[in-house]
Amino acid sequence: MKILVCISSVPDTTTKINFSENNTKFNTGGVQFVINPNDEFGLTKALILKESNPGSTVTVIHVGPVGNEPVIRKSLAIGADNAIRIDIEALDAVQVANEIAAYVKSNPFDLIITGKESIDYNGSIVPHMLGELLGIASVSPCIGLNINGTSAEMVAVIDGGKENVTSNLPVVVGSQKGLVEEKELRIPNMRGIMQARSKPLTVITSSGSTSSQSVNSYASPAAKSACKMINASNVEELVHLLQNEAKVI
Amino acid sequence: MSVLVYIENTNGVVKKNIIEAVSYAVAYGVAVGQSVIGVSIGTVSDDEIKKAGSAGLSKVIKVDGHTYLNHQITSAVLADVANAQGSTTVIMSSTNQGKGAAPRLAVKMNAGIITEVIDAPSSTAPIVVKKKGFSSKAILDIALSNNKNIITVAINSFGVQESATECTIESGSSSATDNTLTHVSFEKDTSKISLTDAELVVSAGRGLKAAESWGMIEELAEALGAATACSKPVSDIGWRPHYEHVGQTGIAISPNLYIAVGISGAIQHLAGVSSSKTIVVINTDPEAPFFKAADYGIVGDAFEVVPKLITAIKAAKA
Repeated sequence: MKILVCISSVPDTTTKINFSENNTKFNTGGVQFVINPNDEFGLTKALILKESNPGSTVTVIHVGPVGNEPVIRKSLAIGADNAIRIDIEALDAVQVANEIAAYVKSNPFDLIITGKESIDYNGSIVPHMLGELLGIASVSPCIGLNINGTSAEMVAVIDGGKENVTSNLPVVVGSQKGLVEEKELRIPNMRGIMQARSKPLTVITSSGSTSSQSVNSYASPAAKSACKMINASNVEELVHLLQNEAKVI
Repeated sequence: MSVLVYIENTNGVVKKNIIEAVSYAVAYGVAVGQSVIGVSIGTVSDDEIKKAGSAGLSKVIKVDGHTYLNHQITSAVLADVANAQGSTTVIMSSTNQGKGAAPRLAVKMNAGIITEVIDAPSSTAPIVVKKKGFSSKAILDIALSNNKNIITVAINSFGVQESATECTIESGSSSATDNTLTHVSFEKDTSKISLTDAELVVSAGRGLKAAESWGMIEELAEALGAATACSKPVSDIGWRPHYEHVGQTGIAISPNLYIAVGISGAIQHLAGVSSSKTIVVINTDPEAPFFKAADYGIVGDAFEVVPKLITAIKAAKA
């Protein structure tokens, strides 16, 4: 089985978000970039599937500039067999999806895994868009995946519960916590890091996709005023404030 | 050219966040000078659909015949109606259905797509809108150069704008089907109130020490008519169901009121709840980082404070 895992490079969760150039750019100074957390669950799932399906390969793909290669190498250190970097600074999700789809059309895979959403742009666009561009089913968010020969059994998160579905391969799956458990997440060990250096990382030119959105500016959300502390012996005061000041109950 | 707004129904009910999406679509229509038409799909009564009239929508196209929807079918039906109506913009709420259908619809219509939008266009050539980003740590002001766009409206941000109008329903049709994904079964969450669009949420974490302690949290939620949520450690060890986990790797919510009991307020948790309008923190530790993100705080033992809060709320509502 040929498995493709799509990864994004995002600022680590604990990063303080700042803007530069008059708030028109995200300030990357001092920012630690990591594999998008949702993608990590998908990458681990791919490695688990590879182990139970001998002869399978796990390829990682990333759409982005050369500065993102350390994050790609980390996914190789975690255990992917090889990596592809499509050399373009994508400005929106449509561009990312189109680049990946163009690659897959010439290089078919049985299973394509992406994160359900990236923690920087929170689009939730790539998984289903990839499915549509490739004319195949997509399940995202996905918290269960079993491969049976040439078909997949999947558990989709829906509002108010879950839906069990099946599809022939190939299929696109959007991963999140639950596809594998946090404690199952694979992390790079010394051997993995050494091996990653010699695993292939192939750079491919863009298929010529264009973006149709641009960020004019960034802003921080309105700051909250200081927390009003209420005495533990006077919870009636809290209720009064919630009713009359905050007006939420 | 017209603007379509998807009147999603959940088991035949048109929820408040859908009326919010209608309010947004009506404002969008004013901004761009185009009429707005609703689209309803699946099994739902005319009376439910007409709730959209309260937000100023005067016409809804009702497509009957689909008793089961998935994202492929929903997006195909919306594309059919957009084509028939000459619509270049389709708006929906940021629900699972909305965010699932929107990317497929964007491809079908050769349109741009932007999700989690929080305001009506601030200008129109090009269209400029704001969306949430960086897990609610930033607001992005984005220009859309595509002249066709699919837009999902963030839940509980734009708000419902009352503008009562008579809403007429027209029949529409679409033969859209899907043969790529086979439905096997549904499994409903056991929660009484759905967390994803709840206006009031009571959440608790490790400070409660044991799964058995949650009775008072559920009682507080019941007294308020709130949904229940939890922090990551508590869902990881199985004290609470996974779907209650709010945070970076759980779900993001934006209720009017978020009460956090025994949760310290790690950044990963805040990423899931910082859009809440009002945050109340109850914690024994005065140094808990969550107090910095809260509107109201009580330093105290949850096992003493929560029962008193339940009593006070019941008294206030009596």
